[in-house]
Amino acid sequence: MSETVIPKVEMRGISKSFPGVLANDCVDLMLHRSEVLALLGENGAGKSTLMNVLCGLYRPDKGEIYINGSYADIHSPRDAQKYGIGMVHQNFKLVDSMSVLENIILGLKDEPFIPDFKRVRQRLVDLAAQYHLKVDPNANIWQLSVGEQQRVEILKLLYRNAEILILDEPTAVLTPQESHELSRVVHAMKQEGKSAVFITHKMEEVMEFSDRVMVLRKGKVVAEARTADTTPKELARMMVGREVLFQIEKKPFCPGEVVLELSNIDALGDRGLLALNNVSFQLRAGEILGIAGVAGNGQRELAEVVTGLRRSTKGALRIGNKDMTNKSPLEIIRQGVAHIPQDRSSVGAVGDLSVASNLAMKQYRSRPLAAGIFLLPKRIVDLARALIEKFHIATPSPQTQVKFLSGGNVQKTILAREIGAARTVMVAVYPSRGLDVGATETVRRQLINQRDGGLGVLFFSEDLDELLQVSDRIAVLFEGRIMGIFDADKADIEQIGMLMAGMSKEATA
Amino acid sequence: MDFLTSILTITIRAGTSLTIATIGEILTERSGILNLGVEGIMLMGALSAFTAVFYSHSIAIGLLVAIGVGGLLALLHAFLTTTMRANQVVSGLSITLFGTGFSSFLGQRLGPVANNFRLVGLRAERIVPLAPEWVKQIPIISAFFNQDIITYLVYILLPLAWFFLYKTRPGLWLRSVGEDPQTADAMGIDVTKTRYLYTILGGMMIALGGAHLSLSYTPGWSENITGGRGWIVIALVIFSMWNPARAVWGALLFGGINAVQFRLQASGTSIPANFLNMMPYIGTIIVLVVMTWWEALSKKVGAPAALGTSYMREDK
Repeated sequence: MSETVIPKVEMRGISKSFPGVLANDCVDLMLHRSEVLALLGENGAGKSTLMNVLCGLYRPDKGEIYINGSYADIHSPRDAQKYGIGMVHQNFKLVDSMSVLENIILGLKDEPFIPDFKRVRQRLVDLAAQYHLKVDPNANIWQLSVGEQQRVEILKLLYRNAEILILDEPTAVLTPQESHELSRVVHAMKQEGKSAVFITHKMEEVMEFSDRVMVLRKGKVVAEARTADTTPKELARMMVGREVLFQIEKKPFCPGEVVLELSNIDALGDRGLLALNNVSFQLRAGEILGIAGVAGNGQRELAEVVTGLRRSTKGALRIGNKDMTNKSPLEIIRQGVAHIPQDRSSVGAVGDLSVASNLAMKQYRSRPLAAGIFLLPKRIVDLARALIEKFHIATPSPQTQVKFLSGGNVQKTILAREIGAARTVMVAVYPSRGLDVGATETVRRQLINQRDGGLGVLFFSEDLDELLQVSDRIAVLFEGRIMGIFDADKADIEQIGMLMAGMSKEATA
Repeated sequence: MDFLTSILTITIRAGTSLTIATIGEILTERSGILNLGVEGIMLMGALSAFTAVFYSHSIAIGLLVAIGVGGLLALLHAFLTTTMRANQVVSGLSITLFGTGFSSFLGQRLGPVANNFRLVGLRAERIVPLAPEWVKQIPIISAFFNQDIITYLVYILLPLAWFFLYKTRPGLWLRSVGEDPQTADAMGIDVTKTRYLYTILGGMMIALGGAHLSLSYTPGWSENITGGRGWIVIALVIFSMWNPARAVWGALLFGGINAVQFRLQASGTSIPANFLNMMPYIGTIIVLVVMTWWEALSKKVGAPAALGTSYMREDK
């Protein structure tokens, strides 16, 4: 790269530590005009920390930032805004009950006491047209899909004339089609002379979006390259520091009898609207049925109906050969159904209780952990020690409260408990979400072991690659309906993507 | 016609203290702070206003003292819930318990020697209706104008509070703090300051509602002068779906039933007085439950999403 061009952003020798962790270790970063830089790395590699430094949320312990060649003193997001830096966070900063327009105005500091709603709306509509970010200014945020909410976040930055956009794992919540759209938006911004930093841990995205890629590992830059000069495989190796198995070995698919059957199930969501619409499928022993779909299309409700946490309003649920429609969670647990819930901290584990108590939570009612109404604490601790060892749960002791464990170890705790309780069906909702590569591998491996052991596994995931790898069959859920069920080895990823976005085969042909 | 006019006049008069307190509590709850101290603050407002007017012979001083006392009690609630992060329900209930007991205690201590230090049974200047004599002659219409200054204030506050909440920038900030303090904070809005400000402002308006009782609606001091109106206010806030423009309907409903049962009692009906006294409360609660249930079925319930929760910026 030529040295005569002044880079738009230059971060020099950035170091940032948190108690016990060195998150960034003397990191240098350069970003040019009209350039998209991908920041690649595992969970905890320091990508987000670095970008939080750039957008003013964190103060670096050491290091300097230069914008357009001159020193920039960034103390707060407001300062960063002045330098044209804006960040789209993973959890959107939007007020759900307010309209798109109100959310835009909320962030504007120089609007008068009575904002000029008309003028802001006009500028918003113009920007939306310029960057192909279609969104209704009057819609309330809670009515929008996740993809649309992301557009609002980007519009918020563009409205404030941001020149440098930081996108934190923007495609994690998008359908493949929405991701392609986003890539068009990023391209349009590039042509306007804007630059972007893209945080991700997905290779395909690096390839699709970026001009240059920087790999972080344990807070250090381990590689930097032009995207065109590298390959996904090479990047993956640099990211993890070893070869990654992209394929998981599993026994050939030989399904047994039906262990779970849903016939024409309807159920209402939290807002009282229809969340499951005439859902029917069968799950056999020794099979993993993957449920594909963008979050919020009925996945949570489906898992809850199967585990007895939500009533169905129509249809029948059979587990084994018993009718279990609208039976209590306890009765369903007694049928040998295990549940790895979406919400680990509030449904999956009790943060204030110890690891041992959490591990005992499905077996405490009977021997060997209890005698009559009395619990046998020693046996509970023994069980916990055995499981901690077997599942490599990193905890100081069985008595440690679960809330002090890392996300991956909380998930391992839940996994250990549920595997102990599973006899017929395992319901796993986004089990690898937020976990790093190592923990993700453990989780996938365990699911496949359960399948090989003769369980039916209902596996929810947002990651299509993961679904294709792990599942035997894949069902696509859209607005509470099953759009189609495919064999995983014959599945066409484009077609599944279309169905996830609600487009049927006929419509796309 | 005269009968209708007089019923309407009493309805509006009875609804005034409720409306102004409801607007105050809406502003407070919109910032995410649930203040269950309304009953206590209204009582303290009523007591302090009456006492101040009794000794100073000035309505203005009475109202200012009530506003000050209400602001102070609300400041205490804001401090406990925002800075000390105490449970909002517990803190609010404490303020009501304190206000009820303390107002009753002071009512037996602040009076003149001649009255055995008691305030009960004393008379003081009262707030009088503003309308000139010729307006009072117009049927129906006069009911709206034959009212005191606090009612006129309510006429102004109702549209103003609505406009403020939905059409101005500080109003937008206020709503965002009650809906999603994390986001508000990220937008550079000072969550703590906002919550203090509107809790105190709300407390002032609630106390003003109390002052209206002891200076105008039922002039004088009597123990428990509010008769549970503070709790009705809490219910009216829910009924209004946290929208000031709708606060007036619930208040008029309560005031209306009150006016009618007043009339019935005056006419010497054989229905027991205690039963009639109960009517405004029962009637309001039934209508509230039915309406709220209906609203909840038809659309999203409008409670501020962060109502009742404390907020602290998470440091990593």
